[in-house]
Amino acid sequence: MTILVIAEHDGKTLAPATLNTVAAAAKIGGDINVLVAGQGIGAVAEAAAKIAGVAKVLVADNAAYAHQLPENIAPLVAELGKGYSHILAAATSNGKNILPRVAAQLDVDQISEIISVVSADTFTRPIYAGNAIATVQSTAPVKVITVRATGFDPVAAEGGSAAVEAVAAVHDAGTSSFVGEELAKSDRPELTAAKIVVSGGRGMQNGDNFKHLYALADKLGAAVGASRAAVDAGFVPNDMQVGQTGKIVAPQLYIAVGISGAIQHLAGMKDSKVIVAINKDEEAPIFQVADYGLVADLFEAVPELEKLV
Amino acid sequence: MKVLVAVKRVVDYNVKVRVKADNSGVDLANVKMSMNPFCEIAVEEAVRLKEKGVATEIVVVSIGPTTAQEQLRTALALGADRAILVESAEDLTSLAVAKLLKAVVDKEQPQLVILGKQAIDSDNNQTGQMLAALTGYGQGTFASKVEVAGDKVAVTREIDGGAQTVSLSLPAIITTDLRLNEPRYASLPNIMKAKKKPLEVLTPEALGVSTASTNKTLKVEAPAARSAGIKVKSVAELVEKLKNEAKVI
Repeated sequence: MTILVIAEHDGKTLAPATLNTVAAAAKIGGDINVLVAGQGIGAVAEAAAKIAGVAKVLVADNAAYAHQLPENIAPLVAELGKGYSHILAAATSNGKNILPRVAAQLDVDQISEIISVVSADTFTRPIYAGNAIATVQSTAPVKVITVRATGFDPVAAEGGSAAVEAVAAVHDAGTSSFVGEELAKSDRPELTAAKIVVSGGRGMQNGDNFKHLYALADKLGAAVGASRAAVDAGFVPNDMQVGQTGKIVAPQLYIAVGISGAIQHLAGMKDSKVIVAINKDEEAPIFQVADYGLVADLFEAVPELEKLV
Repeated sequence: MKVLVAVKRVVDYNVKVRVKADNSGVDLANVKMSMNPFCEIAVEEAVRLKEKGVATEIVVVSIGPTTAQEQLRTALALGADRAILVESAEDLTSLAVAKLLKAVVDKEQPQLVILGKQAIDSDNNQTGQMLAALTGYGQGTFASKVEVAGDKVAVTREIDGGAQTVSLSLPAIITTDLRLNEPRYASLPNIMKAKKKPLEVLTPEALGVSTASTNKTLKVEAPAARSAGIKVKSVAELVEKLKNEAKVI
């Protein structure tokens, strides 16, 4: 068995989710190759070659692959992937965008967001917003899979010395082009990789009040998240949303402030090790999953918490 | 131009589903069913494109059981012009659905196909991308803004770090994210009118599509339950517990 892992990167640095994906590949067993596709991606390829357990790094460096346009990358992955038993990508916005296109080109069903490996052809994945876990078996000659990063502990980023090989194939479908992007700036740890996450919901009342959470987060070295209600109300940008339709996190500590705990929000955080809920409504569903619940006004509790930690 | 919108009948998003005792799946008997929330957004976007004069006809398609006609009627009440049901009693995979949609696209020749980004039952997030692969069209997934200009469509997409805008040649495939729009409600007169709009019923066999799958669900289980937590009385007690009991700060 040989497994192809698609590297997740922004053109300059290798994203940590790649390490979790390689960990899933290691659980399946077999040789692991990593594909780095993009433009001017020498540094990413170098980082990929250092990942523990990686046998070979394939580098497709071409203008057509800049910005990870799926119309151009999917044919490349499908072509390379024919020789592999498994193709894996992280269930990031890129992975979700590209991989189903690859699966359809290979005429196989995809398995999305696996959280564990049962055997080389059998995997588990959450369905119905995490309210059920399905065990799925694939009979496809090439198994195409996206990996939920929080389901797998990352492999070491250092210690490997994989051979680096250039891929000459160029696919340019010419049906799409990149126009621009607007990335949210943040000095805090990345939401999906943070050890502690502090999230606010509708109970924060406005965007300005999130300063209380930022102050607490900075003291804890935490990332700040939000519920959909807080995003829709315009308190914070949408890339902070935690939930079924936002980001899936599983930190050591998740502090939910002013969040009622709708099914869709729980889908994004209920695998956290310890959950703390601060809410003034003691009937809020969030208390059913919280390890520690505090029924209190968040505007008094959060500043006090910040002082005490 | 013609816009094709795909909608799925799913368990209502407010329902807390239960896993069947024999682990064969989740219990959907007597559970409220609705149009998938992302599909509602897709229908709304198509209707807005028509109101702007960009779209001339909206065809809504669903692949599923006979009862999915309810969701098609809902879409017709929201402003779609006609509906197609590809009737299939079995549970189809995303690839099978994408192949059936490809057959409908070949038949209808729409300039734009709008789907939801994922169905809240299977949580797959695959069908739109697979349809794009099968048709060879460009794909604008997780769209939060759609602007048609001439023979191109600019799609602003929600990505992990923020937003990205891509330009696609028409025809193209778009999948909707939550923030694309706020779907409207169907008015009673429109619900009455929708009953008279055309609804065509097809079968996978008639479309010449095989729905064979390479995936098999072996079992469905309830997730591990979290052990019951405790309520603390003060912030000081909370901090003490987090430091000494949970040891997470």
